[in-house]
Amino acid sequence: MITAAGAPAGIGLFIPPLYDIVLSVACLAVIAFVVVKKVVPTYLTVLDERTAKIEGGLRKAAEAEAQIAEERALAAAQLEQAAADAARAKQEARQDAEAIVADARRKASAEAERLLAAAQAQIAADTKAAEVALRADIGSLATELAERIVGEALTDSALAGRVVDRFLDELSSGVAPTGGERP
Amino acid sequence: MLVVAPALAARLATSEGGFEAPSLDDFFPPAFAFNGSNFFELNRLSLVRIIATVLLVLVLWLGARAMRVVPGRGGNLFEMAVGFVHNSIAGDVLGPKASRRYLPLLATIFFTVLAMNITGVVPLLNIASTSLVSMPLLLALVAFIAFIAAGIKEHGVKGYFASALFPKGPPKLIYIILTPIEFLSTFVLRPATLTIRLMANMISGHFLLVAFFSMTNYLLIGAAWTLKGVSVLSFGAALAFTAFEIFVAVLQAYIFTLLTSVYISLARESH
Repeated sequence: MITAAGAPAGIGLFIPPLYDIVLSVACLAVIAFVVVKKVVPTYLTVLDERTAKIEGGLRKAAEAEAQIAEERALAAAQLEQAAADAARAKQEARQDAEAIVADARRKASAEAERLLAAAQAQIAADTKAAEVALRADIGSLATELAERIVGEALTDSALAGRVVDRFLDELSSGVAPTGGERP
Repeated sequence: MLVVAPALAARLATSEGGFEAPSLDDFFPPAFAFNGSNFFELNRLSLVRIIATVLLVLVLWLGARAMRVVPGRGGNLFEMAVGFVHNSIAGDVLGPKASRRYLPLLATIFFTVLAMNITGVVPLLNIASTSLVSMPLLLALVAFIAFIAAGIKEHGVKGYFASALFPKGPPKLIYIILTPIEFLSTFVLRPATLTIRLMANMISGHFLLVAFFSMTNYLLIGAAWTLKGVSVLSFGAALAFTAFEIFVAVLQAYIFTLLTSVYISLARESH
């Protein structure tokens, strides 16, 4: 089966024999068929699909991010609202407390005034009564003194001085001058 | 492997301890099937090409099945390979829209060249089927038709050839020199250089590897004992060049695809 062969001379090296061309074309056709029909379409489909998936993923991520931002803003607004409510409640409570304290103070001060007025009235009444009693006492005392002075012979001025002194001593010692010395 | 075995055995028999210099005959082995048929003759390189095609189709099929929106390890790796053609080759040159349109063409070229190059370092296959002119020439022809079609699609038949052969700017007399040069560089040299660059790289790679492995074989078995130690050096060099050939296989696939997209881009942009 095996017959001798050898390299063609000169330009023959660059002129392929027919069977070689046939085989080359056949091989290239088979390879080209697989590449064109199977490899490249699959490759490009996979590439495009991946691009679409990545783009879709990125869009979804952006949407999720926007939603999160929205929810965060909502939460912040709610938080702010709650803080404002709390502040207002505190303010109202403070105002209420102030009102209650003011009311209590007013009531206490009115009570105190009332008590003071009553006490003053009592004191005034007591003073008045004391004044009346004192006045009656002073009148009788003055009368008694006058009687005593007159009774002791007004000639003796030393005696008169002594009587006055004694009267005054009795007054200051709180003992009502009685008629011990009376004649 | 069955069909390769006789050839391999023959080779081992003749190279026992001797130094077999690489030659162009390596690329034109005897046919083993359909001998004499103009259409279906098969030889060692034909078989290597068929094996490369079958394995590549298998990898492409499994890779395409593994690609997912959320890929696993295999899907990720395969997507990186297609993505390399899409972004690093087509995307940078053609822009995002055109790179999608030309991805089928460019990916076909890239994977075909890569698969047929890499067999040069695969044990037992040991030869790149792109070192025969037919495959590089066919791919260059595809690239050639692709960039002309791109130019015509963008500017119309007249518009494209006018802009390619009579670039605006220089005085009319200059076209006597300029037009033949432009014709030669665009419509002859581009496909020719695409073909020869790839083919010559693969041929020289094979020569290097055969030379170093054959030298190691000879130094270790056939040479005088004083020389046997040198075989370590030649074997190290052979390993290094194997790694280098893997790099070249990828690099040439990259260059072929990159130049194709550059030509397409130039045809679309020319005015």
